[in-house]
Amino acid sequence: MTAAGRAAPIEVSYFPGCSLATTAKENNQSLIESCARLGIRLVEIPDWNCCGSSSAHSIDHRIAFDLACRNLALAPAGRPLVTACPSCTLRLKHAQHLLRHDAGARGRYETLWGRPYDPDLHVRHFFGLMVEIDWRSRIGNGDVVPLDLTFAPYYGCMLNRPAALRPSTDHHGVMERVLGDLGMRSVLWASSTQCCGTFLTVARPDIVTPKVNAILQNAADSGAECVVTACAMCHMNLEVRCTLKAPIPIFHFSELIALAFGSARRDWFSRHLIDPRPLLSRKGLAA
Amino acid sequence: MERSEAAMTPPKGPPIRLSALDPQFSREIKRLAGTDFHACLQCRSCSGGCPFSDHMDYMPNGVMRLVQLGLKQEALSCNTIWICVGCHTCSIQCPMAIDIPGVMDALRERALAERVAVIEPDILAFHREVLHSIARYGRTHKLEIMLRYKLKRRDLFSDLDVGLRMLAKRKLDLTPSRIEQIAEIQKVFRP
Ligand code: SF4
Ligand code: SF4
Repeated sequence: MTAAGRAAPIEVSYFPGCSLATTAKENNQSLIESCARLGIRLVEIPDWNCCGSSSAHSIDHRIAFDLACRNLALAPAGRPLVTACPSCTLRLKHAQHLLRHDAGARGRYETLWGRPYDPDLHVRHFFGLMVEIDWRSRIGNGDVVPLDLTFAPYYGCMLNRPAALRPSTDHHGVMERVLGDLGMRSVLWASSTQCCGTFLTVARPDIVTPKVNAILQNAADSGAECVVTACAMCHMNLEVRCTLKAPIPIFHFSELIALAFGSARRDWFSRHLIDPRPLLSRKGLAA
Repeated sequence: MERSEAAMTPPKGPPIRLSALDPQFSREIKRLAGTDFHACLQCRSCSGGCPFSDHMDYMPNGVMRLVQLGLKQEALSCNTIWICVGCHTCSIQCPMAIDIPGVMDALRERALAERVAVIEPDILAFHREVLHSIARYGRTHKLEIMLRYKLKRRDLFSDLDVGLRMLAKRKLDLTPSRIEQIAEIQKVFRP
């Protein structure tokens, strides 16, 4: 799905999910903006609903399945459904797995949503789009500017999947490859795939705070100037639960791509609880 | 190499009564979870990798043993099933490809169906508030989830600083993002 710069944009369906629609608007806007620059138009599926988050599958598998399925049913045929949040992606793909293998699940889908399920609907996380772009030639022709930053790539639990979903696309190293092509340097560090604690942040902050502090301390000790997250939920947990004195800033992956395109907006960075603007201006990258 | 004290200490849970084995329970969880935990060979990779095992009474491998044996009461009342966040750090390391958080999901659901006393009521209260929000708006409204959760616990003031910082940074919308066809969501929540 690579797209030439000025040609008519390619349209894909888009599922932003609740975090990007609310707490992480900067994640959403930077992703939409970056895709626009790549000639990809993200078209929100009409009237999408919450994928069920961690809570639905935690206490009621049927509600979790139905919530995911309504979104699948709303996605128009013939174009991929691009997702932004790793956990929404997992919920949607898990529902597709059940639909593929369980006639009862397909029956329920048809009864509730009044149409057969589309076995060809390709749910793909936007990492898959970004890794297909030839970033180096875009630097060559001045389309993007290289970013002089050393970063700790933070995937959280994104790379983990249950065995049944393991044949689906693997996203190991995507941030290192893309941002590396954009001139950034990644550090090797121990907490890259440490879970951020997700919903325990609300009911058990006593568990999450030390985890988050260890992750951010580890990133700083590894020589990173910033952390880059794949997931808006991780981004929020790291920022909200950190109690270190001077933590390094945390960017959404999509913000850095927009920054390289020169289309980052100041009000994205002013929404961060750990202010990244001093680092950006020190590096001459002020948006 | 000498084994550490911790490695030789039996897990913290209550003593296991072998008279209480319930094979029917074992079959039921296997059906619900859709994964064969009988393949578990107790290698403990899951527990070694689990980021939250320090806070669990039974380690994840211990829970696999409980469901293999059909120790229903122990499996349904342990705090492990509530602390587990479903991050799949365990299942990606499991040599037998067991969907360990899938087993935790099944156990949580059974525990609620059988009205077993929930050892982590705050975690359950949070999940219920999230579902309440989805049922009402079709999406999650974080500010309302937090306020209702705190009211239920009669504790409005812990974490107040975090809430205020998020409000100041425009991270908590005052009004919900909601869907139009809410009747379709109500269909989902109808029992
Ligand atoms: S990693 Fe798998 S096989 Fe090993 S103890 Fe855990 S569940 Fe059992
Ligand atoms: S899914 Fe649950 S048991 Fe497995 S590593 Fe994560 S928290 Fe631990």
